[in-house]
Amino acid sequence: MTDEDNTLGIFSGMLGIVRRDLLLAWKRPGDILNPLFFFTMVATLFPLAVGPSPEQLELSGPAVLWVAALLAMLLSLNSLFLSDFEDGSLDQMLVSPLPLAALGLGKSIAHWLTSGLPLVLVSPIVAITFRMPFSVTGVLMLTLLLGTISLSLLGSVGAALTVGLHRGTALLSLLILPLAMPVLIFGARTVSLVAAGDGVAGGLYFLGAYAVLVLSFSPFATAAALRISNE
Amino acid sequence: MTAKLSADGLTLFRGERCLFKNLGFALNPGELLLLEGRNGSGKTSLIRAIAGLIELESGEIFWDGESVRSNRQAFHGSLVWMAHRVGFKADLTLVENLKFESHLRAQSDEDLDEVLKRLDIDRLKRLPLRSLSAGQQRRVALARMLLSRVPLWLMDEPFTNLDREGRALVMKLTTEHLDRDGMCIMAAHQDIEIDGNVKKIVL
Repeated sequence: MTDEDNTLGIFSGMLGIVRRDLLLAWKRPGDILNPLFFFTMVATLFPLAVGPSPEQLELSGPAVLWVAALLAMLLSLNSLFLSDFEDGSLDQMLVSPLPLAALGLGKSIAHWLTSGLPLVLVSPIVAITFRMPFSVTGVLMLTLLLGTISLSLLGSVGAALTVGLHRGTALLSLLILPLAMPVLIFGARTVSLVAAGDGVAGGLYFLGAYAVLVLSFSPFATAAALRISNE
Repeated sequence: MTAKLSADGLTLFRGERCLFKNLGFALNPGELLLLEGRNGSGKTSLIRAIAGLIELESGEIFWDGESVRSNRQAFHGSLVWMAHRVGFKADLTLVENLKFESHLRAQSDEDLDEVLKRLDIDRLKRLPLRSLSAGQQRRVALARMLLSRVPLWLMDEPFTNLDREGRALVMKLTTEHLDRDGMCIMAAHQDIEIDGNVKKIVL
């Protein structure tokens, strides 16, 4: 097998996983809708509980939306490898000649497309309940876009480590949260600062750099974790 | 001459219990290695260890004379595994599942429809896998083996859930595979009738 065949194989394996998982999500839309429903519920109920004071809503909006998005992502992560583990597909992936890191990256891409991207897309709608101005909403979407990419990738490592354990959700959250903190802090603060009239560049640069950093190690960490936890 | 697939000094513990110790075998094209033993004797663990899914306590497995530890990709590119769990998605149809397989390993030129007809599952093509019976799902797993172009078949209890015809079919397909200079490692506790060069390990 030449090198060229090999890279093509890796790429097609990754795309194969993405396509299969998107097809599965299409056939069982509940898995996507659950985290999305959670996100919209938190984000729309919060203003009702706080009351109609505009200043308070504008102040708390970015933080609440970001926390809700983070928790929604965590909620969706538990099932990332679970069904593959239970029906034996994971074993079949592990004995495939393709590098496991590429397959893990495929899983992360599919996960982001089915959980991260929908959050980004509905965020401008729920932002209305916080009286967020149009220009700030754009920044919110951008930070969520970069942030959810990091969260999907980080989450795949945690999900891979806890896949063999039953009810690993709490452990998964504990593992992921410390690494997800920078995303939350910079994501929420960037939106708040822009709302207060500050620049957007610094925060976005950080979130972008963090996403690239996570992208560089998480597929390999996911692969190693899958091999350990599937013994 | 070194064997195509050989193992030396395999030892595996599960907790405190030793499943096998200093186990070795050699397998050449056209040969079948039959693993026998009672339930819980470690047949599945041995197959999983050969596939590289369980870390062995000690011992080394060689493919083409090279350790599979350092040569994982070439080894995994040469095997297909019929595990206890079929490893398909219950929500996808038979064809969608097998199409996904083609992304994971090299495929033979055999026609999908031909293979499905041979396994008597061609009329189930458009159904999601969850609506198939356990035996029919095993037949889909057989389709994966037939469609993959690899020399080594690992089969863990391939006769489970299959009817009399299904069992005969497994034996026939395995015999054909061996005739094509393929290799097979099979864990079974039933009597099997396969012509050819059969080696046995009793665990």
